[in-house]
Amino acid sequence: MIEVNRQGEVWIFAEQEDGKLSDVPLELMSKGRELADKLSVPLAAVLLAADGGDMPAALIAQGADKVYVVIDERLGHYQAAGYGHVLCSLIEQHTPQIFLYGATPIGRDLAPTVASAMKCGLTADCTDLQIGDHKPAGSDEVHKNLLLQIRPAFGGNIIATIVNFDRWPQMATVREGVMPLGEPDTARSGEIVECAANLDGVQLPLEIIESHRREKAVNLKASRIIVAGGAGVGSKDNFQLIWDLAHCLGAAVGGSRAAIDLGFVDHDHQIGQTGTTVRPALYIACGISGAVQHAAGMSEAGKILAINTDADAPIMGLAHFGIVGDLNVVIPKMIKIIRSGAGVEQAAQQVADA
Amino acid sequence: MALNCVVCVKQVPDTKRITGEAMTEEGTVNRRALPAIFNPEDLNALETALTLRAEHGGTVTVVTMGLPSACEVLRDALVRGADRAILITDRRAAASDTLATSYILSCAVKKLEADIVLCGRQAIDGDTAQVGPQLAEKLSLPVISYVEELVGISDGKITAKRNVGNGWEVVTCTLPALLTVMETANTPRPPAARRVMKFKKARAKSEVEAMAADLLEGDYENYTAELKATEVEKYCANLADRGLLIEQWDLDDLEADLTWCGRSGSPTKVHRIQSVVLTGGEYREFAATDDGIAELIGELIHDHTVG
Repeated sequence: MIEVNRQGEVWIFAEQEDGKLSDVPLELMSKGRELADKLSVPLAAVLLAADGGDMPAALIAQGADKVYVVIDERLGHYQAAGYGHVLCSLIEQHTPQIFLYGATPIGRDLAPTVASAMKCGLTADCTDLQIGDHKPAGSDEVHKNLLLQIRPAFGGNIIATIVNFDRWPQMATVREGVMPLGEPDTARSGEIVECAANLDGVQLPLEIIESHRREKAVNLKASRIIVAGGAGVGSKDNFQLIWDLAHCLGAAVGGSRAAIDLGFVDHDHQIGQTGTTVRPALYIACGISGAVQHAAGMSEAGKILAINTDADAPIMGLAHFGIVGDLNVVIPKMIKIIRSGAGVEQAAQQVADA
Repeated sequence: MALNCVVCVKQVPDTKRITGEAMTEEGTVNRRALPAIFNPEDLNALETALTLRAEHGGTVTVVTMGLPSACEVLRDALVRGADRAILITDRRAAASDTLATSYILSCAVKKLEADIVLCGRQAIDGDTAQVGPQLAEKLSLPVISYVEELVGISDGKITAKRNVGNGWEVVTCTLPALLTVMETANTPRPPAARRVMKFKKARAKSEVEAMAADLLEGDYENYTAELKATEVEKYCANLADRGLLIEQWDLDDLEADLTWCGRSGSPTKVHRIQSVVLTGGEYREFAATDDGIAELIGELIHDHTVG
């Protein structure tokens, strides 16, 4: 635990594997920048690795003022004990006021380990972060400029805002995909602070026997258009309709949890609270009822088109465009119209009319 | 080598079944309107322990922290095969966040001499996945979180396959250790009918107290407090003889430092709770006909969403 302080920096844990930064710290940089600017303190990334490579430069380009770099062979592969030890000593030495981690399996293993050792607060899976004041119930004291840690709770049915006003740093893990990735600016300059790992004598209990990483089969986060199917699609064979529509739109294919659980489409395609969070320009939801857990992963889409037989399905409340009808009829019609270019004529007509 | 497994479990509201009725107008959840269930991944943790006992011998002890009503999940654990069940209940533990909860659980686990501590990866009410790693840190145990598959135990070392998001890794470490188990790790066994009959009568002391008037014979209403206490003790002793007593510990039994329990031990505070209101922008419906769909596609092309 460190004392509450107003000069402490905003820190972001720069998760990496094999010298490659994960997406989420890069996504976190623009939010971290915003928080640091509001508090008028520097934004720093904390990188633990066997070899820094060009990662510090990438973090600076993404918005970091400073990168704390800890290089040690023993940090090449993540394990809670080693990483936790290094982070706790850095926190004690530099007293950051905010420390953010990606809510990845590694971030969700590391952050609680650090929180427990530092006896500080930690909020999991935030979807937004802001700076604001907090007045505890029954107290006249107002705690100014705290990190407001905003997250879904109870299976996504409520949104809770959590604060931590006495035992710092204020720590949170942030869901992947919820913060838009900023444009890197290679002209930015920043300070690289090399720190010692001091791991001699620290027990690293885990031995990694085998490690297997793979790229996801689909990059949902980078897709401008997503066609997603739910339980209403009916079968894996019928899910071909979703693939067909996606192909003719140049879109990626997504699925609701129900579609994944039913085996219609692979887990990599899952959108929602337990899957990927996406913000495409157009999201086409086919046979998806729109449970809050799903909405949590797609409600930020620019335009939402829902195709559903049930006019009262919750997805219709989210949608900008709706077609109430059987997707087995509607999707083939859509494909035919897109391929024929009839929609183009329609659009041309609209321009002419306007 | 016989293994002593301690499984930490939680009773949770079934958040998958939240309907409008379970939400209050202020946007908070009316927990009482939801069925209380055994946290799903804690069942996978229990199954892991039962499988290990079958292979290596030893014991399975289940621990929960909560209100006396949480005994429901302990009875379920006994029915599924646990040897021993412990309820940690204390008003002073109320409002504990994950840090305080892990501290209290660590005090309990320290008394149990565990070779392996098992937790579900996360509970479905908070979805934080924090208590497992925090508990491991407090106990200075190695943690293997997100376990997708337990590979096995040999020569005092445990090997497991863990999910790391964009892949998996197989890790090994010397026991004792703490594991957090995912739903993919196994299929929890159904309750055994024979054990259902036996353990439905299992009770913790606070439950006995609450139902003393029904359980005890004689003119209970007119008993003195002392006599009531004696009767409760007698009833509990009888349950214990039959292996039906759910042990009950409070923070004093745990010799816990109260500073780190409940509200004072919890750095995170709720600032605000809002209900999720799903609202889209302006909604336009198109007919499911050729004309309707062409109009929609035209619209999307026109504003450059498509094309």
